[in-house]
Amino acid sequence: MSGSRRPVILTFFAACAYGFLYLPIVVLIVYSFNRDGVGGFPPRHLTLDWYRVLFADGSMWTAVGNSVIVAAASVVISILIGFPAAYALDRYSFPGKDAFRRLILLPLIVPGVITGISLLLLVVSGGFRLSLITVVLGHATALTAVATTEIFAGLSRLDRSYEEASADLGASGWQTLRRILLPLMRTSLLGTALLVFTLSMDEIAVTFFLIGRENTLPLEIWSRLRRGATPEMNAISTLIFFFSVAAILASQRLIAGGETSLTPSAEVAGVTQ
Amino acid sequence: MMRPQRSGALLVMLPPFAWIALFLFLPYCLLFCYSFWTVSEFQQILHHPTLANYAHLFTNPLYLTVILRTLRIALSVVVLSLAIGYPLAFFLAFHSGRHRALLYQAVIIPLWVSYLVRAYAWKVIFGNEGVLNTLLMWSHGTSHPLSFLLYSPFAVIVTLTHIYVPFVVLPVVASLEKIPRELIESSNDLGARPWQTFLRVILPLSLPGVVSGATFALLLSFGDFLAPLLLGGPASVMIANIVANLFGADYNWPLGAAVAVVILNIVVAILSVTQRLERRWRTA
Repeated sequence: MSGSRRPVILTFFAACAYGFLYLPIVVLIVYSFNRDGVGGFPPRHLTLDWYRVLFADGSMWTAVGNSVIVAAASVVISILIGFPAAYALDRYSFPGKDAFRRLILLPLIVPGVITGISLLLLVVSGGFRLSLITVVLGHATALTAVATTEIFAGLSRLDRSYEEASADLGASGWQTLRRILLPLMRTSLLGTALLVFTLSMDEIAVTFFLIGRENTLPLEIWSRLRRGATPEMNAISTLIFFFSVAAILASQRLIAGGETSLTPSAEVAGVTQ
Repeated sequence: MMRPQRSGALLVMLPPFAWIALFLFLPYCLLFCYSFWTVSEFQQILHHPTLANYAHLFTNPLYLTVILRTLRIALSVVVLSLAIGYPLAFFLAFHSGRHRALLYQAVIIPLWVSYLVRAYAWKVIFGNEGVLNTLLMWSHGTSHPLSFLLYSPFAVIVTLTHIYVPFVVLPVVASLEKIPRELIESSNDLGARPWQTFLRVILPLSLPGVVSGATFALLLSFGDFLAPLLLGGPASVMIANIVANLFGADYNWPLGAAVAVVILNIVVAILSVTQRLERRWRTA
């Protein structure tokens, strides 16, 4: 158990586990360059044609645009709601606090289908039409739970003495928030925003029930997969993959130093609190 | 706990409270109401409360069959995720050496890859003309494509396992790293064999992490409907697919709402069991 000698079997097993995690991603990338479609071993006739097809595909890029708008709106809303919610959970004691926490974290564990259909019932009962706005509503509701757990984790790591000093020196609550708390929470909020953005760009289960005429990217891909796959899907998936990895690396450089909360592990922790 | 100024606290709590009331509490109430309504033959929703939907659910064996199948699939996913994830977490916590940060990051990166993309990738691998079958035929492993790979519970289980392994690894690594090294060393010094140290010291102390990862994998795979739609055949229809169908092509929202209420209850039941387990093991 000293850690100096590596048990051969365990190391081999770990290598296989990494193989399992990365096999689909590698396959996806390799076959995005395969002229003769998806599958078929060995891949041959490598080509960039599928990327050309993809870049000329107007409806795919419209869907990307829609997804970016939805994700940006979801980030703003989930932080505007999640920050005060996390603050209240961290700092205040009030009647019904436990129920409040359970309710706001519920979308983390409740299947997306249920969040989706219950919001659909609300939208229909209110007489509204399905559109990207209802999609934003769904994402924001589901992802506020994520934002709240992430921000809560950030707040509870914070050293309170700065805020206390600020209050002692006569700053108002608003001034302390703006000058002390928000700057101290910058990394945590950036990490949260990035996580929410990525999750929103990928959301399907809730979106499925709230989508109107305009597709988000995952739903556009989804509807095409149902009709039959082409390597164009591999090409867009490859781009999404590299974009995600670049986003993680960039954010880690941005947030260099402090402990990053760029994993959904806080979600896992939040579920079982 | 700071003593908040009354007005400030109210101002802080108003937005989240309003949001929760409007977009979580109210929709769940609506779901509950709908589950007692019915649909006429002209597809009109009748607002007379009855227990007809629940009676239908509990008398028609189809629903029980699907729920049991869903639980079976979800449990298989949990077992496989633990079988792959625990040793990987153990490796990361104790034997990853100099490259620990990199290896840890390598577990997280797949989490950031789109769910849809990963599910689709397995479809590419398992299909009749897929990578695995053509590889087998190319290497003369088989003469016919193995058609049981795709459109089966097997494909659904592999895909969901692939998605939830990192969710198991992360909390298990966290709980393994919290174990004081002196405990392990003293167990070794007192003459315990490595496997005894593992079974008596390390494993019990890592159980809280195992439970949180397993709970997450269990609940999320229990509610999944996309993997069965994309990779499963008729034999892998899961309970959330039934809800999706009732809200889609089959158009019976009230019955769908009743199924959803049942799912919600199962989720809450699973959660209360695992929370109790975790609390016991954390204090033990």
